[in-house]
Amino acid sequence: MIERPESTVASIAQRNLEGYVGFANLPNQVYRKSVKRGFEFTLMVVGESGLGKSTLINSLFLTDLYSKDYPGPSLRIKKTVQVEQSKVLVKEGGVQLTLTIVDTPGFGDAVDNSNCWQPVINFIDSKCEDFLNAESRVNRRLMPDNRVHCCLYFIAPSGHGLKPLDIEFMKRLHDKVNVIPLIAKADTLTPEECQLFKKQIMKEIQEHKIKIYEFPDTEDDEDSKLIRKIKERMPLAVVGSNVVIEVNGKKVRGRQYPWGVAEVENGEHCDFTVLRNMLIRTHMQDLKDVTNNVHYENYRSKKLAAVTCNGGVDTSKTKNQMTRSPLAQMEEERREHVMKMKKMETEMEQVFEMKVKEKKQKLKDSEAELERRHEQMKKNLEAQYKELEEKRRHYEEERSNWEAQQRILEQQKLDASKTMEKNKKKGKIF
Amino acid sequence: MAATDVDIFSNEEKRNLSLGGHVGFDSLPDQLVSKSVTQGFCFNILCVGETGIGKSTLMNTLFNTMFENEEASHYQNGVCMRPRTYDLQESNVHLKLTIVDTVGFGDQINKEESYKPIVDYIDTQFENYLQEELKIKRSLFNYHDGRIHICLYFISPTGHSLKSLDLVTMKKLDSKVNIIPIIAKADTISKSELHKFKIKIMSELVSNGVQIYQFPTDDDAVTEINSSMNAHLPFAVVGSIEEVKVGNKMVRARQYPWGVVQVENESHCDFVKLREMLIRVNMEDLREQTHTRHYELYRRCKLEEMGFTDTDPDCQPFSLQETYEAKRKEFMGDLQKKEEEMRQMFVNKVKETEAELKEKERELHNKFEQLKHMHQEEKRKVEEKRRDLEEEMNAFNRRKVAAETLALAQPLKKDKDKKN
Repeated sequence: MIERPESTVASIAQRNLEGYVGFANLPNQVYRKSVKRGFEFTLMVVGESGLGKSTLINSLFLTDLYSKDYPGPSLRIKKTVQVEQSKVLVKEGGVQLTLTIVDTPGFGDAVDNSNCWQPVINFIDSKCEDFLNAESRVNRRLMPDNRVHCCLYFIAPSGHGLKPLDIEFMKRLHDKVNVIPLIAKADTLTPEECQLFKKQIMKEIQEHKIKIYEFPDTEDDEDSKLIRKIKERMPLAVVGSNVVIEVNGKKVRGRQYPWGVAEVENGEHCDFTVLRNMLIRTHMQDLKDVTNNVHYENYRSKKLAAVTCNGGVDTSKTKNQMTRSPLAQMEEERREHVMKMKKMETEMEQVFEMKVKEKKQKLKDSEAELERRHEQMKKNLEAQYKELEEKRRHYEEERSNWEAQQRILEQQKLDASKTMEKNKKKGKIF
Repeated sequence: MAATDVDIFSNEEKRNLSLGGHVGFDSLPDQLVSKSVTQGFCFNILCVGETGIGKSTLMNTLFNTMFENEEASHYQNGVCMRPRTYDLQESNVHLKLTIVDTVGFGDQINKEESYKPIVDYIDTQFENYLQEELKIKRSLFNYHDGRIHICLYFISPTGHSLKSLDLVTMKKLDSKVNIIPIIAKADTISKSELHKFKIKIMSELVSNGVQIYQFPTDDDAVTEINSSMNAHLPFAVVGSIEEVKVGNKMVRARQYPWGVVQVENESHCDFVKLREMLIRVNMEDLREQTHTRHYELYRRCKLEEMGFTDTDPDCQPFSLQETYEAKRKEFMGDLQKKEEEMRQMFVNKVKETEAELKEKERELHNKFEQLKHMHQEEKRKVEEKRRDLEEEMNAFNRRKVAAETLALAQPLKKDKDKKN
């Protein structure tokens, strides 16, 4: 089931109006503006050739979209699957609609149909891509919405079940576009066969977990009854025709057989009316909304995640990243990086400081050592000087003593010799 | 980024086709309307005006309900924004109304910075929306849109002209929000004075290049009424929540000794016109203008600031992915460069300090050498002195010895002499 977004209502004060204000006219204002703008819708039809796709389109829109001048997909013989779009402008009741029909001639017609869904997927993605780029421009203008809003998938009325190609296609496209499966050429099935066929198809769809388009829940009881009725008839079995035949005096559109007329707009004959009402009259806007809010957002977030998270390998991180814009993500990364760098810087600073301190310390030590030695040497020298001084004094003292002694001796000798001289003179007299 | 293996044959010429019957897509506008009704609407009003000019009263009158409002004092330090959100319902339409009040506007002595909090608030709302729009996983459809759709600027009923604060503020706001100027407390101005006042105000706005909101005249259904209303701007309003009996009805009015001013009487004031224009006719247009004009302008400026352009140098349009990738590359390169720079700076620092330290080491070494030299010198001197001393001592000893030997020899001579 395609998840529908839940709207959150913030807790705000409730107030009751005590008189006429006038904003009940808002819906009218919206109505006016939307009519002025005009509407656009892109419908894709996919199925093997010959299943009545072109006829159904013509019947749905009561117009000759496909005619002799503009042949339908099955009449354009292609070797490979093509994706072609035709744009038409239709007006009704003052409302202008730009309708784009996308068909896929060649789908499922080859012998080997592997990957025949790829061109379709590529087309849908390219439309989303265009919208994404237009939305992300700096100078934005009113963007036309060319995204595929609905894909009608035609199932061949085999009566047995889905073919492998059907399953493969729907599985691949159910999360890219709203898929509505239809049983084509339903006038080849009796009502009972049709019932069984439908049951079988729905069973297979559930088995393979294919998410086909779901109708939104409404609060209105009437509407929800209608919706339940539609749901019971899924997938819708359709018959298309624009040929008007007279039946019981009434002019109806139908297919004339020898055994009767299969009326297109008769609810007992086929589900065409249901399809038309659902597709055009009641749920066209919802198809566009689901495309915008679900399928497109899926595409966008995948695309942007690829750009920023580089594939988003680490799931715990990516969850956080998803809530930011890619730019905010880059900002965050930048901040982280700056922090990392700061840390690195402080670490390197620290190491550097330490080394410098070490070296300085060493230098200081050497200097201190030098000082010490210098001091020591000085002391040494001083000691030596002192010693020398002592010695000298000692020596000087000794010398002066001795010299003094010598002088005394000299004096004595002199005196002695003088007396001897005297005595000698005296002695001679004897 | 077109699909590579698909031939897209697009009939870009739109064929006009006529329908052969009633298809039914004329219900599309109804489908759209019912969706919006279920979703609910949201509208944000900003009221700018001096304290006591009647903003809260007017809001109460306009929406026929009592919103909570404490009377603001005149002594606020600055202008502060006070948003309040209310849930209203009229018939089947839900409206989430946010009223933002500017508390303290016009009260300060220096009003130069008065407009700033207002502009900041408006920008913040745009920024929040932009951020939500740029998120990878976003939910725009249930995002509570806080962008201001309309700014009601309350003009004091002086009767002369606009105040300079009014002009300055409106000039700052006109490119960011739809402005509707209104003359408050219009029951103090007489009809003739009012006429002159309105003309004066409009001419002042035009001559100062202030762009106020023009009611749109491009939609046939409302051209007439809108263009006639454009001529009545600015609306002179009176607000009142009290009811007075007039005739046999209770009407909202202000009772004076000299008469009763009826709020909803078009000859008394323009209240009804304001209500018509603001709510009944142009609410949706105001929302649209805010989104497609003011918000887009903000967004464009912001993105250009961040360095985004729409075309690369070869004038080829960028795809979003390429833009982001380019940004990312640039950003990574930037980071790398910064890292390199830091490393380089570090290496240089290391080199410098190393050189310094080496220099110091060398100096020390030189000093050491010097000292060594000095010591050696001193040592030598000491040695010399010592030698000198030794020599002297030796000489002295020799003398001593000589003298002693002489002395020894002499007494022998004396004895000899004695013998003789």
